[in-house]
Amino acid sequence: MDQRITSEPLTTAPSTAQPIRIDAGSSATPSTSAASGPVWSQDSAGSGSDRPGASKGVVFGANDVSVHYGSAPALVNVTLDIREREITAFIGPSGCGKSTFLRCFNRTNDLIPGAKVSGRIDYHAQNLYAKDVDAVEVRRRIGMVFQKPNPFPKSIYDNLTFGPKVNRMKVDFDEVVETSLRRAALWDEVKGKLKQNAYSLSGGQQQRLCIARALTVDPEVILMDEPCSALDPIATAHIEDLMRELEHDYTIVIVTHNMQQAARVSDRTAFFTAEIESEDDDRRFGRLVEIGDTSKIFSNPTDKRTEDYISGRFG
Amino acid sequence: MSTVATPSAVGSVPPEGSGKHILAAPRPRYGEKVVLGLLWLCAAISVVTTVGIIVVLFTEAVALFGIPGVSIVEFFTDTAWRPFTDPGSDNFRIGVLPLLNSTLLVTAIALAIAIPLGLATAIYLSEYARPRVRRTVKPFLELLAGVPTVVLGYFALTFMTPLLRSLFGIERVPIFNAMSAGIVVGILVVPTIASISEDSMSAVPRALREGAYGLGSARRHVALKIVFPAALSGIVASIILAFGRAVGETLIVSLAAGNLPPAELPATNPFQQVQTMTAYITQAVGGESARGSVTFQSIFAVGALLFVLTFLVNLIALRIVRRFREEY
Amino acid sequence: MVSTSTPTRERVDQSFRAPVGDTIRERFTQFVLLIATCVALVVLVTLLVDIVRDGASGLSLNFLTQYTSRIAANSGIRAGLTGTLSLMFLVALLTFPLGVGAALYLEEFAPRNLWTRLLETNINNLAGVPSIVYGLLGLSVFVYVLGFGRSLITGALTLTLLVLPVVIVASREAFRAVPREIRDGGLALGATPLQVAVRQTLPAAVPSILTGMILSLSRAIGETAPILVAGAVFSRRADNAPWHLSESYTAIPIQIFDFVKRPQEEFQIGVASAAIIVLMALLLVMNSAAIIIRNRYARNR
Repeated sequence: MDQRITSEPLTTAPSTAQPIRIDAGSSATPSTSAASGPVWSQDSAGSGSDRPGASKGVVFGANDVSVHYGSAPALVNVTLDIREREITAFIGPSGCGKSTFLRCFNRTNDLIPGAKVSGRIDYHAQNLYAKDVDAVEVRRRIGMVFQKPNPFPKSIYDNLTFGPKVNRMKVDFDEVVETSLRRAALWDEVKGKLKQNAYSLSGGQQQRLCIARALTVDPEVILMDEPCSALDPIATAHIEDLMRELEHDYTIVIVTHNMQQAARVSDRTAFFTAEIESEDDDRRFGRLVEIGDTSKIFSNPTDKRTEDYISGRFG
Repeated sequence: MSTVATPSAVGSVPPEGSGKHILAAPRPRYGEKVVLGLLWLCAAISVVTTVGIIVVLFTEAVALFGIPGVSIVEFFTDTAWRPFTDPGSDNFRIGVLPLLNSTLLVTAIALAIAIPLGLATAIYLSEYARPRVRRTVKPFLELLAGVPTVVLGYFALTFMTPLLRSLFGIERVPIFNAMSAGIVVGILVVPTIASISEDSMSAVPRALREGAYGLGSARRHVALKIVFPAALSGIVASIILAFGRAVGETLIVSLAAGNLPPAELPATNPFQQVQTMTAYITQAVGGESARGSVTFQSIFAVGALLFVLTFLVNLIALRIVRRFREEY
Repeated sequence: MVSTSTPTRERVDQSFRAPVGDTIRERFTQFVLLIATCVALVVLVTLLVDIVRDGASGLSLNFLTQYTSRIAANSGIRAGLTGTLSLMFLVALLTFPLGVGAALYLEEFAPRNLWTRLLETNINNLAGVPSIVYGLLGLSVFVYVLGFGRSLITGALTLTLLVLPVVIVASREAFRAVPREIRDGGLALGATPLQVAVRQTLPAAVPSILTGMILSLSRAIGETAPILVAGAVFSRRADNAPWHLSESYTAIPIQIFDFVKRPQEEFQIGVASAAIIVLMALLLVMNSAAIIIRNRYARNR
């Protein structure tokens, strides 16, 4: 299982490293973690804020990003970095554009008619929206897990071989199925029934299957759009454990409504807010308030709005 | 759990500044473009069909008026239809009005039957019937709409006509008559009127109804004075579509209404033998006349008129339906 | 029917009761509407009873295995039955790829522009064109311009064009019913939109596409006017088969039309209604198949 060690800040991120992690305790420490949940350390509230995290590799650099649907803004002027092999959480009230922003990273907004992304997003210092970028390849490299578990209405096995097949990966399918299921901590539960329809699994198992499915195509990043919002607390705890396990090899960005979840799993948290466009119109658009180490955001936020939201004064 | 190999993607990021974008397509997808092109072609077939219909009907129809002795003015104004003789002879007359008159007579009878029955059915199903009744009745209406028209033609000739003759007298009702065909065509289009009208009545917002009930209105007043006017555009569209179906109906009129174009215009007596435009087409193709002959080309001239009539009617109905969908 | 007073009710209720005259009018309205609704259904039942009464005695195995004859008692619909089955097979073969392909394009790939709107309007309009007009198209284009003559392939192509708009509309609805999430899941794995459409959306939509296909086919084989105009023959003393593309053909509805037009009453009533029973039975089988597929699919979801 996951070991939580509070240590000196990292300067490198070797891929074979032990699961080293700077854990951020939180003033909003949840009491609901399941038995299998993390071991919390409470002493790092101060130390997290000044660690030189920027020395970690930057996967995504977003610079002054805005998204419009037609003429209506959904999100304006967001600038932030997503770091390698960390979990970054986006939190904020509904309508704050956090899911919209997440969808910019794998160019799913391209599929929505009328959606327009402006500003610049870099992926490993190369423009994600450059002309010669292939949106299909982007989505292969940057996986996504959705709000509602969405397995294909096929067998568990077929769910996991679809990705390698369409990407013409020269791999042993049986091996891919087993590897991805093991990584998603689902192997033991389903190894005897790989030919069964994926719909026969429970909601939590389906979501882990979807995570396993995302892993089959060797992504570097996994975007998760409220992956636990349709699950019960036990299934949620499973997924959270899994995320911390995957963090060693993957960069994870998670959108969540659940502040405790952000506090439990993420290294860094970005807080978004929804602003009302004008007095006579209820349309809202999102704006980034601040981003920082999770420990700092939850214990000592810079902005009053973050503090209000986290302490439950609105949202 | 930790025995699994690390995925390779992380290590595969090429150094900055290498020529190709790291997210460029790994391989060209020419096959995809070809398949998408084929799918586009499938969709384009419908346009080819429409263009084909228009081109065929009009070129073949225009060929009719190229035959010596046939005039387009007479086609639209003459009051007798005798196309089977030599165009030079005195007996030859090629005015389409008797056929058009017959078609409109049968259609008028059909709508006189179908509008009250269809609308009553729609009001009953949408405002009165319990959900279970509605679920039982609607499939039966669909079943009626699915009966092949040749079967309904048989029914008109062998059941409806004898019934009418016994009711109104054998000397008054000939074997082939517009009434029998009109009634059965009317029954055929009842489901068209009923289902589209019912849809538009059900689409009337509940709030409108509840407002009226709140004022103490009786059910029939709500149905007739609130729901009916609110659903009017859908109801009009259903009637127009039914009109189009009745005009284009072929088998019932071929079998039951006869093959004799009325001699005196306007023909309004429902108990007379007539010949509709569609019935003429089926009669004339039976002779397998050669391409280029008056008979062959006249089929297309009549067909073109029929197409223009139904196409315009459908265009209007579709426009109305679209507008009423936008309202709610 | 129009009883109005219920004397057992308590007195308190009286003040809330509608005036007696109004209740009568309300009940009367409902009664009239109910009767009007029943008329169409009564006609349907009468039609079925009438046909069975006229035709049941003419039905026998011989009726299915013999060709038509001048003697009513020796007549059968073998040529029409084989012709109808051949047409059905060919129309299904042509309609499925074309209809599904068009629906896939319109539902999954078509950009929202003027051309797409034109396509959609056009398909809706085609569904309202009288079937006899398709016959005229077939007569000119397939019989003469392409030189297929009055043959089976002409009939099949004509019926294909007739049912294609219906199949496209039904298939589009089937695609629309596939949840958005399945497409998202496929795209997120780096599949191209076409791969997602062909490998995920299409298989998920196949049961309801099949239902729509069968219903459209049952409409096609009941049609008389288009193939009558496009050159079906009234009688034929040979079997039709899907591979006899260039031979002349007939079909059950065409034979019914021919029987009803004959002067002898044995044909007009007896043989015609027996043929109608066969046709209606065929349609019943197809519609039942469609319902079974739809129900099984609904249970699986």
